[in-house]
Amino acid sequence: MLSISNLQVSIEDKQILKGLDLQVNAGEVHAIMGPNGSGKSTLASVLAGRQEYEVTAGEVIFNEKNLLDMSPEDRAREGVFLAFQYPIEIPGVSNINFLKTALAEIRAYKGLPPLSAKEFLQLVKEKQQLVDFDAKLTNRSLNEGFSGGEKKRNEIFQLAMLEPTLAILDETDSGLDIDALRIVANGVNQLRSSGNAFVMITHYQRLLEYIVPDFVHVLYNGKIVRSGTKELALELEEKGYDWLKESIDTQNAI
Amino acid sequence: MITQISSSLYQQLVSSFEDPLHTQETLEERRKKAFEKFKDNGFPTSKAEEWRFTNIQSVLSENYQIGVHLPGQAVNADMAKIEDMDAYRVVLVNGVYRHDLSDIIEEQGVVLSSFIDAAQSETLNKHFAQYADKSENPFVWLNTALSNNGFFIEIQSGKLVQKPIHIVHISVADSEAFFQTRNLIVLEKNAEAQIVETFVTEEGSSKTFANTVTEIVVDENAKLEHYYLQQARSQSSFNNHTEIIQRKYSLYNNYNCTFPGASFVRNTINVRMDDPNIESHLYGITLLADNQLVDNHTVVDHMEPHGESYEWYKNILQDSSTAVFNGKIFVRLDAQKTNAFQQNNNMLLSGNATINTKPQLEIFADDVKCSHGCTIGQFNEDAKFYLQARGIGEEQARTLLVHAFAFDVTERFKNESIRDHVNHLVELGLKHN
Repeated sequence: MLSISNLQVSIEDKQILKGLDLQVNAGEVHAIMGPNGSGKSTLASVLAGRQEYEVTAGEVIFNEKNLLDMSPEDRAREGVFLAFQYPIEIPGVSNINFLKTALAEIRAYKGLPPLSAKEFLQLVKEKQQLVDFDAKLTNRSLNEGFSGGEKKRNEIFQLAMLEPTLAILDETDSGLDIDALRIVANGVNQLRSSGNAFVMITHYQRLLEYIVPDFVHVLYNGKIVRSGTKELALELEEKGYDWLKESIDTQNAI
Repeated sequence: MITQISSSLYQQLVSSFEDPLHTQETLEERRKKAFEKFKDNGFPTSKAEEWRFTNIQSVLSENYQIGVHLPGQAVNADMAKIEDMDAYRVVLVNGVYRHDLSDIIEEQGVVLSSFIDAAQSETLNKHFAQYADKSENPFVWLNTALSNNGFFIEIQSGKLVQKPIHIVHISVADSEAFFQTRNLIVLEKNAEAQIVETFVTEEGSSKTFANTVTEIVVDENAKLEHYYLQQARSQSSFNNHTEIIQRKYSLYNNYNCTFPGASFVRNTINVRMDDPNIESHLYGITLLADNQLVDNHTVVDHMEPHGESYEWYKNILQDSSTAVFNGKIFVRLDAQKTNAFQQNNNMLLSGNATINTKPQLEIFADDVKCSHGCTIGQFNEDAKFYLQARGIGEEQARTLLVHAFAFDVTERFKNESIRDHVNHLVELGLKHN
């Protein structure tokens, strides 16, 4: 589904990603972990199409198409979804109108007719329940005055509504208390299927107790330096990143 | 001082005044007095504080003809149509009331006519040039002196007009033309009306410059909803002066919207709250493009106690356009317990756009609540990216964000058809580049 090879990315002449490789297949859940400043959020932003980043080398193929050639909106329409680390507040745009517009544009791109008002509201109701999203919030301005947890839940609600094939969760667990975390994880688990894939970017092993990944990767200094199964996350939790950093830096020194 | 460049128009106006056909006998004294003042002052220059950011020399320097009235000119008033609004329609071409294109209102208690047809009426004689002329605007004096064209609306005591009155102002000329329009709106006690004025340009018209003065009297407990929709093309320039005089317990709401097109627009809207317990709302949406210059000058004059005013203007500027906002709030010594609010927000969508904004509060009473605020900003790129990342195209994302910016104001529009119309014009007026 997603194939990243030798991805190199800079921002303001500073190289952040230094040749990253990653293969994600349908039905898989990948976790990307790593210390601060290793390039985790850069990876998420580049995949979603944020303009400030400059791709200097490498390629990203998504469902046989070159993802990096597409505008952010076309990536979303092709089925890429980024759950933002810091969702934006947009006063004056209602949550529900925003979703209606987004869904209509994605459907139009796929050659599907827009949903009727009734079908749309039914879908909203169904997905609200699935991710336990407060119905009161759907009619409010987009994220305006939402608590941190409500914003993150809104991301998962949007994810449920738009049904992407590849969802990238950028530190969705940060700022969540344990109850909110459980709700968000529960939503994600219900959305998992053989047809879609998840890439979770996280600092902590905590999230992985609730959403169990098929693969865990460690990103350090712009590259994936180790990949494994969920046991790798436990090992990291136990030993910390320093243990990895040291072994990598020693290798590089040689 | 009058510069060389504007003297040709000035000379024409002087000789035109001396033509006896242009004076109304009963109102002659007022006209003469006004003209003396205009002659003493001339056109304002940018040295005058009220015109500091709005240089009218280039507008005045065109080679205008005066008195171009084109009787019977075929025009397309449907340009001004507002979807789903059932209204009485009145058409003015270069300020001249067109009976052949205007509806007749058969409701009891509603008088609607051309200004000249009302010249003998007691109401007009009572109010003409009694308010606007005191505001020291040379364009008003010029208009008082020379204008015979325009409309007259009188809503009699206790009358609620059943439908909005939609006034369509059409500018059209074969060669450069200057014309003046004089309007009077009087709502007697307990009367209620909705008046919508749309400004359009006939396709293919030459340059025009319209100097319009509207005096509005909102008597005790009367309510007026007043909409301005500036939709003219780039050939058209406007100086519009609106002077509102309110009596106790009355309500006046003005919704002032300007869209891409007209190259020069100066609106002066002065609300005189000349009694206790008056309420006024002024809303503005200005969306500009190309080289437009649009200047909104407002005065909210709290003269007596217990007045409430609420003003909110939003400017959205594209290309090399310029907007000017000046909002004055006066709270006079007697105007205790006044509650006045003013807000002006500006969004600059291009590096070449300019906003000159000047909120101005002068408060002489000591027991009042007044607040004002002003912001200047740009597109929020993060917000745009967020929308795009959900599959919303860039154009649509920009449109959504501009609507969101305008929303605080557009949501206050009482007439839903006009609100939809304005939202639609905002969408059309946004350039997608």
